[in-house]
Formats: sequence, C-alpha cells, structure tokens
Amino acid sequence: MYNYSEFDAAFVAERNRQFRHQVERRVSGALTEDEFKPLRLMNGLYLQLHAYMLRVAIPYGTLNSRQMRQLALIAEKFDKGYGHFTTRQNIQYNWPTLKDVPDMLDALAEVDMHAIQTSGNTIRNVTADHFAGAAADEVADPRPVAELIRQWSTDHPEFQFLPRKFKVAVTGSENDRAVIKAHDIGLQIVEKDGEIGYCVVVGGGLGRTPMIGKVINDFVSQADLLPYLEAVVSVWNLLGRRDNKYKARIKITVHEHGIDDIRARVEERFNAIKPSFTGVDLVLFNDIKAAFAPPAFRADSAAIYETAYKTDPIFRSWADTNLAAHRAPGYAIVQISLKAHGETPGDATSEQMRVMADLAEAYGHDELRISHEQNVILPHVHKSDLPALHAELKKHGLATANIGLISDIIACPGMDYCALATARSIPVAQQIATRFDELKLEHEVGDLKIKISGCINACGHHHVGHIGILGLDRAGVENYQITLGGNHTADARVGDRTGPGFAYDEIIPAIERIVYAYLDLRTDAEEQFLDTYARVGMEPFKAALYEKAEAYAAE
Amino acid sequence: MARTFTPKVVTGNALIEGDVIYQTADDGWTRDLAEAELLTDEAHANLRLLIAEGQPEEIVGAYLADAVASDDGPEPTHFREDFRRTGPSNYFHGKQAELS
Repeated sequence: MYNYSEFDAAFVAERNRQFRHQVERRVSGALTEDEFKPLRLMNGLYLQLHAYMLRVAIPYGTLNSRQMRQLALIAEKFDKGYGHFTTRQNIQYNWPTLKDVPDMLDALAEVDMHAIQTSGNTIRNVTADHFAGAAADEVADPRPVAELIRQWSTDHPEFQFLPRKFKVAVTGSENDRAVIKAHDIGLQIVEKDGEIGYCVVVGGGLGRTPMIGKVINDFVSQADLLPYLEAVVSVWNLLGRRDNKYKARIKITVHEHGIDDIRARVEERFNAIKPSFTGVDLVLFNDIKAAFAPPAFRADSAAIYETAYKTDPIFRSWADTNLAAHRAPGYAIVQISLKAHGETPGDATSEQMRVMADLAEAYGHDELRISHEQNVILPHVHKSDLPALHAELKKHGLATANIGLISDIIACPGMDYCALATARSIPVAQQIATRFDELKLEHEVGDLKIKISGCINACGHHHVGHIGILGLDRAGVENYQITLGGNHTADARVGDRTGPGFAYDEIIPAIERIVYAYLDLRTDAEEQFLDTYARVGMEPFKAALYEKAEAYAAE
Repeated sequence: MARTFTPKVVTGNALIEGDVIYQTADDGWTRDLAEAELLTDEAHANLRLLIAEGQPEEIVGAYLADAVASDDGPEPTHFREDFRRTGPSNYFHGKQAELS
C-alpha cells in the first residue's frame, strides 16, 4: 500500500497549518462566512442540518489497520463514537465542532490521510473496485493508477475552479464494481495485444439528469493516460456551463456537444499538451505499482473452513452471501456488512472499526477496503481463518449475512443529516431491512439491490438500483418515487419510474408489493429480479404497485 | 393580490458548534425553538434577519423559517424545521438529547 512521500506529508501538513489559521481568522471575525466557505469546502468541511460534517477521503477505498484505528479514535475523541462510510468510499463525521476540525485534520495526517478535495468544484477522491488486487477476474490492480490520478489531481493548478465537481472511478475488471459508467470519467483497465491500457468512459453521472457514460477512447496507453485525462478535464473546463450549475457537469457538455465533437477536441488538446509530459509520470507510476505489490499469500489447507461450512449453518449462510472469489488459491474476499437489520447503512462504531482493524491485522494482510455499497472488505483472508474471523465478527454485530440481498441497501444520509435533502432515506432503509428480515424472505428473493436517495442529487445511486427510491418534498410532505430496472454494473442502465410516488408510511408496503410481484412473476428461483423485469417489463409491477394498493384501500 | 405574511423565526447554525440556533426577542440566541421570537410582521422580520446577518461571529446562514404560535411557543410548520429542532431519527442525538 502507498505511503506518503516526504512531498505528500509536507503538502498535507502545510494545508492543515493553513486551515488552522483560516479557522482562527473566521472565529476572530477576520474572515466572513462567504470568504471562509470555499476554504472549508476545499478541506471537506460542510455545515449540515444539525452540525458541521467532515468528509475524509479514503483514496480508492483502501485503508490499513493503523488508519482504521485512527478513524475510530477520531470518532471517539471528536465525534459521537461512530463514522458513516459513504457511496464514494469516504468516511463522514456528523458532529464535529469548528474548533476541533484542525486537530482532526492533524490526527488524519498522522496516518497519511486528509480531507482535501472531498468537496468543492474540484477533482474528488478517486474511487475504485473494492475488490482491487484480490478479485479473481481482474486484468490489473486499479489502485496504482488511482493513486497516480490522486497525485496528479490533488492541487492541480488548472483544476481548482472547475465548472462543477468532477469524479473519477477505476475498475480493473470487466465486471464493473466501481460504477464507472456513472462517473464523470470512468476507467476500465484493458489488455490489448499484451499491453495494459485504459478504456476511457466520459459523461456519466446520476443526479438531476442521469446519464450513462460513453466510451471516448477504447484504448489509451499507460504513457498517454495522464495527458489524455488532462485533455478531457481541460476541454470540459473551458466548455462547461458555468452559467447554470445544473448544466455544468461534463455529462451535459457531452450531451450538448455530442461525444464525437468532444472526442475531436480532446484529441486536439491531447496533441498540444502531450509533449509537456516528460515521462516522469511513468517513473512515478512504476514506484507506486511497487508499493501495491500483492502480499505473500500462504499455501495452507482449507480443511477447517470446509468442516465449518458443512457443520455450522450460520457460518455457511454467511459464507454463501459475504464471500467472493479471490485470485489466490485458498483465499477469499470477505465482505463485512455494515447493514445489520434495522441499523443505519454504512455506520460503524469506534469499537467496530477497531475490531475490523484487529481482524485485518490478524487475518487479512493488514488491508481493508470500503465499498461504494457502504460495506467494509477484508480483501485477502485465507479460508482456514474464516471460522475464527466469523466468530469474532458475530460478537460485534458485524456478521450479518446479507451482502447483495434486499437489506444490503445503499442509502444517503438524507434529511436526518443533509442540508440539501428533501426527505429522509435512513429510516426507509432501516424499515425495509427490518420488514424483510421479519418476513424471512430475503434469501429467497436473492440478488436485489435497493438504493435510496433523499434528494434529486442521487448520492444514494437510486437511478441504478434494481429498485430505486427517491425521497422528495411534495407540498411539505415526504414523498417517495420508485424506479425499477436500474443497473450499476458494466450493463449500466437508469431505472424506469413506476408512476406517482408514495407517502412515508406507504413506501414500505409499496416495496413489499413489488417484491411479492417479482416472486409471482419469476420463472424460477434462478431468475433474478433484473432478468424478470427485462422479460416482463413495467406493466405487471405497475399493476401490483398501484392496482393492488387501490384494492387494499377499498377493503 | 399581495401574499399574506406567515409567521417566522430567525434561525441558522451556531458558528463554533454548528448546531441549530434561534433568535430570541432580547437579541440573544437559543437552542430551543420554543424560546424563539415569533415574528408576525414582515417588515419587523426582515429587520430581525438583518440584525442576525450582522452577527457573523454567532450565526452562519441565517434565514427566516416558517413557524406557528402554540401554547409552548413557536412550532415548525415544515418537516425540515421539525428535524432541525429535534435531531436525526436514527439516533437519539442532537437537540432531542441535549434539551431533554
């Protein structure tokens, strides 16, 4: 894993020193709020509904145990003993006071972390496949290139005042787990004639105007990557609609100009700037790659695992849902669910963070990942360690066997915390999870992704949920719109709206009707929700959703 | 026809703590909506907001929020203001914990 160079450490320390003084000047009255706001946003500090919120970057979702323990300490010392992991692989603290934030940033710097560019109109934290470096299906580990992009984009002089925020995601696998088609730039590592390169997708994004990204170049070589990315951002920086923030994202620029026009402009810009890249980025990239060398995997018997799998039904259920295929023989990728039924999706207490750090250190080559699905991953665990690991997770409420199931819900903070929200998300997620746990249906339903956003900005990725829920304010009352058939993978698709929305107390029964309709409609247990939806379309679901509601009402 | 003015309170977030505060009739600030000054006259409300905006060392993002009179002082009319005066619904944190 990458450790800060002297340059990185000095840069972060200087930023923190500046921010400490900025806070002092704000408190003393030397800076107005209008002057201070862009400065705090550049360092990840928001003012939300009930308090300040500090958003800390977890680059490409990767942490070691020391960093996780520091996140736990910060939660305990400066917050209310927990943190919220987000859909952008970040962690948010919901209750810091302004005077504590400089100390929080210093505490982060001690473990090579910061909150720079987690807000504002800049290039944000680069996200990546949470199975990076472990997945059986990957062409190459996406983290080295994500780190290269982090270094290139951090404090990039040309890109500090972009038309709007800009998000980059990288996958090293054809099976996209990083939602690259819903990012401003999505990169897929590909191999062509033995050479590693990048398929570059631009103009994806959710929010008010959801768009699936388009391929601008299907193979950019490693040597051309940074100048190519710089050309894309540079073209958009000039063309982007600064007159209207709702039309400022690159997805609108690509939509208005057409991908061919943007491609031609990018090519022209690329040719102009390419000579200024002297190859130092390639030298740097090779150093970074070395830092991400895989751990020394051990060759042990997995007999203990096999026995536990056969004899312990609780362990088996957890293994069936929460493990994924690892590229090394005898190893598994462990997904720790932060979605215990009835709990807040993505929240972990300081104690839980420490447990996960300890387990990563004891069994996981000291590596942890945060997924955009708001869970924690131990990417490298030998199968023989799984029974002991599972037993420890159980003691701390971390062994919920629901990855990919209906209760593994992505939910934004919504109106419980967010100043932009128009309705709550968290209680809707809590109630859906609790309800389907009571019904004991979720394993029968199988793979079903529910994603909930509390406003049109779509932090909860509702557009690409198999079932998407969007909370709105309709005449002073919370109202929830439903979309069906969204897909966040390589076959990304924006879901279709079912029709009129539902009140807060109607949304759980509405979701239940959809799920029962699916169970009735599917050909057999093998046909997943998305396949059924693709086969039968909206109408039968619409009938179940609206006509049955009327039938119940008439009774 | 001129629209009717609905009663308001001046609110925003405290500079240091970041929590929700309300303006009181004696030019101070309270954490409790029930203790806020309910403004029923539009011109007076705008003046009170100007006073709040002149206190950047106390308050961030001052605005006028709709409220109605009750026996227990001002009450919110919109659910957003109800959450602001209470705290989040997933944990017993924020105002609901601090004021109880």
